[in-house]
Amino acid sequence: MAENSIITAKKAVVIGGSTGSIDVLLQVLPVLSVPLTYICIIVLHRRNTADSTLAHLLSLKTTIPVREVEDKEPVRPGIIYLAPADYHVLIERDRTFALDDSEKVNYSRPSIDVTFESAAEVFGPSLIGVLLSGANADGTAGLKAIKKKGGLLVTQLPATAQAAMMPQQAILNTQVDYILDIQGISSLLNNLNL
Amino acid sequence: MVMIEDEQMDLLLTDLFERYGYDFTHYARASLKRRINRVWSLDKFPSFAELRYRIRNDSEYIKRFVEELTVNVTEMFRDPFFYRALRTDVLPTLAAKPFIRIWHAGCSTGEEVFSMAILLKEAGLLHKSLLYATDINPDVLASARKGIVALSQMKQYSENYVLSGGVADFSMYYTAQYSYAKFLDELAERMVFSTHNLVSDRSFNEFDLILCRNVLIYFDKALQQRVLSLFDESLGLLSYLALGAKETLRFSTLETKYRPLNGEKIWRKIV
Ligand SMILES: C[S@@+](CC[C@H](N)C(=O)[O-])C[C@H]1O[C@@H](n2cnc3c(N)ncnc32)[C@H](O)[C@@H]1O
Repeated sequence: MAENSIITAKKAVVIGGSTGSIDVLLQVLPVLSVPLTYICIIVLHRRNTADSTLAHLLSLKTTIPVREVEDKEPVRPGIIYLAPADYHVLIERDRTFALDDSEKVNYSRPSIDVTFESAAEVFGPSLIGVLLSGANADGTAGLKAIKKKGGLLVTQLPATAQAAMMPQQAILNTQVDYILDIQGISSLLNNLNL
Repeated sequence: MVMIEDEQMDLLLTDLFERYGYDFTHYARASLKRRINRVWSLDKFPSFAELRYRIRNDSEYIKRFVEELTVNVTEMFRDPFFYRALRTDVLPTLAAKPFIRIWHAGCSTGEEVFSMAILLKEAGLLHKSLLYATDINPDVLASARKGIVALSQMKQYSENYVLSGGVADFSMYYTAQYSYAKFLDELAERMVFSTHNLVSDRSFNEFDLILCRNVLIYFDKALQQRVLSLFDESLGLLSYLALGAKETLRFSTLETKYRPLNGEKIWRKIV
């Protein structure tokens, strides 16, 4: 067990979403296997009120700890990290988080592309990028970067997304490996949890 | 999109330091890398060699380059509940002081400093306060000194002001001029703006409150520790240190000497 978690802790999942993605997470989180053996980072577009309602909302659905990222904290498996409102989330080579409040990207801060690109550099082929519902083109460039480093690309099946544009853009412009409905996303994540 | 390699980045940082004395080697790498990529594509350098040549040989260009490396995003009453905590928990304890010194380290274009001046005025403390506002970037300081912000921002800022516990009519603090809002001279009179580099400059006074918000996120842990020690040297017993919403003392040696205030990123020096 201990050994297993060391091996699988090398895996990291970054999930990006916008309009309609909170609903997806509210369905996925309750069925995730506990404890989580991989690294999990979620970037959602949100209004820039710096409250922690979103983390609270998600934490009601799982016993896995859900936390907003703080600057310089180590990136650990077993925790669901949430990008805080109004900051981009980056990851340093020493696997600590670094926040950045620079210009919005795709009209968004946090931006999914920014975290995906940064995670791709650090986790390379161990990274799985998951793009959910959204009415925005954020995430596509990030998925490209993940693919370039040998990682795995997953999008929500556009027909099941409240806003299809975000997964659709990705499917059109990158080589997505798996296009899944909500249940499919849950079981893929659980398959990573060795 | 262009992507600078780690080794190329090291070359540039060495050039900047050896030729011009700017030390960015302890800035947080991931973010700095994005900044460099950004200038590279903004200024349309066809190759890394050309970017490097320009940096090594054009001392005029350096000014722009360095200014583009820093992130200057800011707003008034950013995180309104933080300002509310200043109103309710911090300012009342400073009221008994004959004189109040506040340092805004990394003040950018000054929105934070004007927000503070408004709080002090409303607490009846502005007349005996001095706000030292510093930044590494002379351009943003020049803008801060003018005491103007885009009028288009004022709606958001007055909402923030109300959330921070402000009860006055926010528009009484400025006059509208074309597309700008200019703050009352009365507020600016208590401010001193000056360049100060947190990487290399020393402490220059003792303060009752230091605000350094959303600056430490751009530094690596070693530099954060250096800067926090500098603040520690500049704070008297029972003085306050305020950081950005996602910054913390947790990874520094200051942690044991400071007591956090409930909820917001404000610490009081207790040892
Ligand atoms: C994101 S702004 C923060 C503005 C304001 N404190 C706030 O929270 O809204 C960061 C500021 O830190 C300044 N800065 C960066 N490196 C610095 C250094 N070495 N010394 C002093 N200021 C620095 C930048 O020029 C920029 O204006």
